[in-house]
Amino acid sequence: MALLAPHGLPGHLVDFVAALRSHGVAVGPGETIDAATVLTALDLLHRDQLREGLAAAVLRRSGQRKVFDTLFDLYFPAALGAGSGEVEVPRVGDADDGDVDVDALRDILADLLRDGDDAALAELARAVVDALARTGSGAQGDRPGAQPSWSAYQALRVLSPETLLARIVDALRDPDIEPGSFADEVLRREIRDRIARFRDMITDEVRRRTAETRGREQVARTAVPKQAEQVEFLSAYAGQLAELRRTVHPLARRLAARLAVRRKHAKRGELDMRRTLRRSMSTGGVPMNPAFKARRPGRPDLVVLCDVSGSVAGFSHFTLLLVQALREQFSKVRVFAFVERADEVTHLFEPGAELSGVMNRVLREASLVAFDGHSDYGGSFGSFAEYWSDALTPRSSLLILGDARTNYRDPNLTVLRRLAGQARHTHWLNPEPRRQWGTGDSAALRYADVVPMHECRTAAQLADVVESLLPI
Amino acid sequence: MSPLQSPSFGSVADVTERLAAAGYLASTAVATTVFLADRLGKPLLVEGPAGVGKTELAKAVAESTKAELVRLQCYEGIDEARALYEWNHAKQLLRITASQGAESWDRTRDDVFSEEFLLPRPLLTAIRRADPTVLLVDEIDKADVEVEGLLLEVLSDYQVTVPEMGTITATRKPFALLTSNSTRELSEALKRRCLFLHLDFPDADLERRIVASRVPELTDALTDALVRTVRVLRGLELRKAPSVAETIDWGRTLLALGMDTLDDDAVRATLGVVLKHQSDQVKAAAELRLN
Repeated sequence: MALLAPHGLPGHLVDFVAALRSHGVAVGPGETIDAATVLTALDLLHRDQLREGLAAAVLRRSGQRKVFDTLFDLYFPAALGAGSGEVEVPRVGDADDGDVDVDALRDILADLLRDGDDAALAELARAVVDALARTGSGAQGDRPGAQPSWSAYQALRVLSPETLLARIVDALRDPDIEPGSFADEVLRREIRDRIARFRDMITDEVRRRTAETRGREQVARTAVPKQAEQVEFLSAYAGQLAELRRTVHPLARRLAARLAVRRKHAKRGELDMRRTLRRSMSTGGVPMNPAFKARRPGRPDLVVLCDVSGSVAGFSHFTLLLVQALREQFSKVRVFAFVERADEVTHLFEPGAELSGVMNRVLREASLVAFDGHSDYGGSFGSFAEYWSDALTPRSSLLILGDARTNYRDPNLTVLRRLAGQARHTHWLNPEPRRQWGTGDSAALRYADVVPMHECRTAAQLADVVESLLPI
Repeated sequence: MSPLQSPSFGSVADVTERLAAAGYLASTAVATTVFLADRLGKPLLVEGPAGVGKTELAKAVAESTKAELVRLQCYEGIDEARALYEWNHAKQLLRITASQGAESWDRTRDDVFSEEFLLPRPLLTAIRRADPTVLLVDEIDKADVEVEGLLLEVLSDYQVTVPEMGTITATRKPFALLTSNSTRELSEALKRRCLFLHLDFPDADLERRIVASRVPELTDALTDALVRTVRVLRGLELRKAPSVAETIDWGRTLLALGMDTLDDDAVRATLGVVLKHQSDQVKAAAELRLN
């Protein structure tokens, strides 16, 4: 069997730890030893206890849990092969290997979803994936010894659990509750959650079965979700976006906390020679009581210029989130958005404003588009310099967010150079990988000659960049 | 190292049972990590949003093991003198003046740096106790980074070094529990010494049992409705997701107002109990058609 490690359980554990490391969970040898101790202290027959025990020993941050769970399921699977479930998949014509009776199956699924019976749902997922792979379109032709092909897409298409929503809600709804009321909406969302969980079960099950046939390592390499901090802004999909949003807020708070510490440490300034000598007059010229220059509390004065065109939507959303969080900490932050031209949007980022709405308001209320709605960096810098150049003072820092894809229009380097000269610092955050800079219509390299440009593709990189930039 | 010491819990099931007897309904994750922390003799770092019962867990562990709870509440600017120990300067001065001239310098010096003039703070107290102890270091993320360094010696070797007196080693390892709201990243060194538990909102069934045990007067139907509603609220993108404590408060509120169903009017009137930000209330009302 390919699943058995050469060195028994310890070897298996080491493999598991190696897989965690390759997914960015830093597990040191000390933690591995802890994990091994955990194996001896726990009753291995309780899989959920083992899962929690190992998590306690090897994880150090809450964001790593999803990666851990997926890998745990791969390395410590709940069952081998089809398992022995209670749930039978209904077949057409009652033959054991006939085609799956989809309608009857959907009835069973609807009943289980209605009752919210997670254990039975997991068994159903297991049975369905198994049955569909053997009899469905995946195994057509019935070649003897053909590898069954596991497919979450196929299973979910056949079952299409989403279409059961209305039916389940109808079955559960109290007769007194009128449709469209609060209680009704709560119920609807609850069922939607259950359906989403069932989808995850199917995906997990397919991953497990694939690992059995194609080898664990290969599946671990490709099919394990990324930690939110490592997801790339530009390619994140809806679920990851929501998770990222949750990561960014604490990130900003953490940065703010660190800044506060730094500012506190820098409370005492350098020696004030003049006042020290003056004070020493009363002690006969001996400087008994040195005076220090009071350091002026540096008020960070931040001007953010942000590309909000469609191509960088994911990215600008998060940087704006960050800006909003910073706004709650700092007195002077001005935010400008641009597509073809720039407009001030600071007033939309009131502390406590609903963030998902802010982005829509930025696009709706600010005048950003002149002709076709494709980003025009040169024009935007020009309009910014024309109307708001007084926002930049020798004390302010200019932060530009965008992919520098000019759609082959004039990059207007002169204006940017002038803006950069007005500000104390200028930094550019680019959500594209460095190797793509300067390709196609990207003017990134030409801009990078004028202002320092940082690659900023993930929340982790964003944190690094902002931390090195601030305090400004 | 400390002398052999029998573990407080026999099995994971035992943990669950005894914590439940102390009024804390534990999930598998909580029970397993508490069991392991006790068995491996490692401190337990509990991280999670506010109001999921991190501090309660420490109290429950203390109660179920018949141990005394020694609590160190961290705050910005806490230092050695507040966390570890301090010399009682006033008393030392008094001692020196009282015996002025009558004693040699050496004797006086040895005397004023003795047990009698030491003011133990929570960490030292926990180390020195001979009876079972639960040491709770609350909100460690609020403290400065320097304090973490201080904790390293205490948590890895269970000993404290007082330069004038030597090293004090624990006669009995306390069960150490650290909580954090993760407002800042703790140092790797500290994390490595601990078992890690991310305490999240409980699942529906557990939360229902928690609410039922805290507010037994609620009917089952209402508890169920409450828990389901709160779970849906948590699914929204809110600034502050309602925690277990808020679910319980909500139950108490409904009870006090004499409401026995969670209909639209009841929710509208009491939403402020679970959602503490105005923007959250507006958002929840809009998304859940509460108008």
